[in-house]
Amino acid sequence: MIRIANITKAFGGNIAVNDVSLHVKKQEIFGLVGPDGAGKTTLLRVVCGLITPDRGAVSIMGSDPQRLEGARENLGYMPQRFSLYGDLTVMENISFFGSMYKLSRQAIRERAEEVFAVTKLSGFEHRLADNLSGGMKQKLALTCAMITRPGILVLDEPTYGVDPESRKDFWKILYRLNQEGRTILVTTPYMDEAELCHTVAFINQGRVIKAGSPLQLKRDFPYQLLEVMVGSRDPDLFRSLDLVLDSSFYGDKYHLVVADAAAARPAVIDHLARLNIPVLRLLQIAPTMEDIFVSLAEQEVG
Amino acid sequence: MSRILAVIKKEFLQMRRDRLTLGIVFALPLVQLLLFGYAIQTEVKHISTVVFDQSLSPESRDLTDSFTASGYFDVTSTANSYTAVTRMIDSGQAKVGIIYPPDFAENLKKGVPAQVQVVVDASDNMVASQAVAVANSIGLIKSQQVLFQRARLQSAPYDVRVRPWYNPDGITAYYMVPAILGIIVTMTMVMMTSVAIVRERERGTLEQLIVTPLKSYELMIGKVAPSIVLGYAQITVALLVGALVFRVPIRGSLLQLYLLTLFFITASLGLGVLISNIAKTQMQAMQMSFFVLLPSILLSGFMFPREAMPKVIYYIGAVIPLTYYLQIIRGIVLKGIGFPYLIGQVTALLIFSAIFMGIAILKFQKKIA
Repeated sequence: MIRIANITKAFGGNIAVNDVSLHVKKQEIFGLVGPDGAGKTTLLRVVCGLITPDRGAVSIMGSDPQRLEGARENLGYMPQRFSLYGDLTVMENISFFGSMYKLSRQAIRERAEEVFAVTKLSGFEHRLADNLSGGMKQKLALTCAMITRPGILVLDEPTYGVDPESRKDFWKILYRLNQEGRTILVTTPYMDEAELCHTVAFINQGRVIKAGSPLQLKRDFPYQLLEVMVGSRDPDLFRSLDLVLDSSFYGDKYHLVVADAAAARPAVIDHLARLNIPVLRLLQIAPTMEDIFVSLAEQEVG
Repeated sequence: MSRILAVIKKEFLQMRRDRLTLGIVFALPLVQLLLFGYAIQTEVKHISTVVFDQSLSPESRDLTDSFTASGYFDVTSTANSYTAVTRMIDSGQAKVGIIYPPDFAENLKKGVPAQVQVVVDASDNMVASQAVAVANSIGLIKSQQVLFQRARLQSAPYDVRVRPWYNPDGITAYYMVPAILGIIVTMTMVMMTSVAIVRERERGTLEQLIVTPLKSYELMIGKVAPSIVLGYAQITVALLVGALVFRVPIRGSLLQLYLLTLFFITASLGLGVLISNIAKTQMQAMQMSFFVLLPSILLSGFMFPREAMPKVIYYIGAVIPLTYYLQIIRGIVLKGIGFPYLIGQVTALLIFSAIFMGIAILKFQKKIA
């Protein structure tokens, strides 16, 4: 559906996107996951034609990369920042963007109703966009992106800064739109959202480090993981242990990356006993997307 | 076309909700005209004057009376030494000092030139030139009277009769009000549109806008068109104030004035849109507007006659839209002339509009980086 081939883009001396190639298949939710500044937004802007890449090309639905204008009519884009008019009402915003595509008033009405049914924005038609909550603003932006009934939705961190409840809501909507047949390319800094995508591409410092389905990524993860809860808050607690390849501290627990959980377990217990730290919990867990990303990102740096 | 209309509608909706800006647009011509219409007086009268009369004769008093009778000089104090006169002028208490030597009356009677010294504070150019001119002519008139008596003449050999057309009474407001109107319109138009595009860029709304099929000329025209309405609203307010408060006669055709003003508005809007395409932030846009507007005010012939400017400056003035509009509006309002006399000016404004808008449309790229 979307083919991204060897895209490179630099701003001044900073390489934002470095030789990225990806393939988004029809009717999948493709998640571009990575920290702030990883190059996610730049890549999406290239896909939407807002930025001309230094090298590489994008092809949408098999179109000639040189003539994307037409293909982009079938693409709904929702930028990271709220990009609608705060001093226009919900309906005025929708009508405005609808008329950019020369839709009739009637068609705009119908389509808005259609999307409202999913986004539950009905009843807020005449509220100024500025007076909407963060979650509702995102729903409005999605509605505007949907006004052309595009086959592809490109969403840049749609849930950024939105409360957890609204985030869940928003993903429900995305699933529903996806079931209706839409291909969705979405970026997110949240690892829990990465689990919700069909395909995930980890992107860090402008490069794709790994891509695959969450299941596949977990299967390919070469290490095992121990979760430890102890009465200590020292982030470097396990640094001195050789069997522990990497440790991440999450406030109340540690995730330890080890090659072999069975072998590492006694070493960890030993280590804590020597330090006189009581063990509250110690068990092997399945890696989360976050674990995988952290580990991949560190390999990249190391 | 439908997209242009959608942009225009959107602009009007936003304008309507931005009450402050809208208020300023209407209050501006009202307040500015009232302030400047009264404040700007190029004719300087009632200049404070100090007299040091060492002659103390009927003749010296007679000449001093002539000075005061002209209306240009107000004798606000008398002095009894040169140092006193110097002090008065140094301190700014007086702008002009009139000094009669002790032998003034005597010389006059003898037929020897009777000298009078008139000291003028030329640190204020406007006051000085007026004072010098009037003082000289008073001297001439008085001398004439004496000469006539001596030669027993009934009238002067030359009879120059001056008829100041279009503004026989030399009322400053007639001259200034139409010009201020031009300045207000160009100021508002340039400033309002200079932030038009850059504001969307700053707010991030441009990003959403440029993924749509909206063409750059459609965006520019849609952005500019609503301001034309505002421009006309301003002109109407300004003309009403001019006619009702300052009694400026509108001698030419009001219809023609409105029609020809269109090209001035479009030229100003074009300039604003161009700035908006170059500037990266609203702040920059504002600064650039000022950079453009100040020369407009100073070099267009609003303040100083362009004929008196050095050639280079004169030609810089020729690339300012206001220069041509001042000729149009003064022409129509004061001289009562019409389009046939103003073809050149109108053409110039049309060229400005086309160039500014053209560059703006070409310069606008549907990209963000």
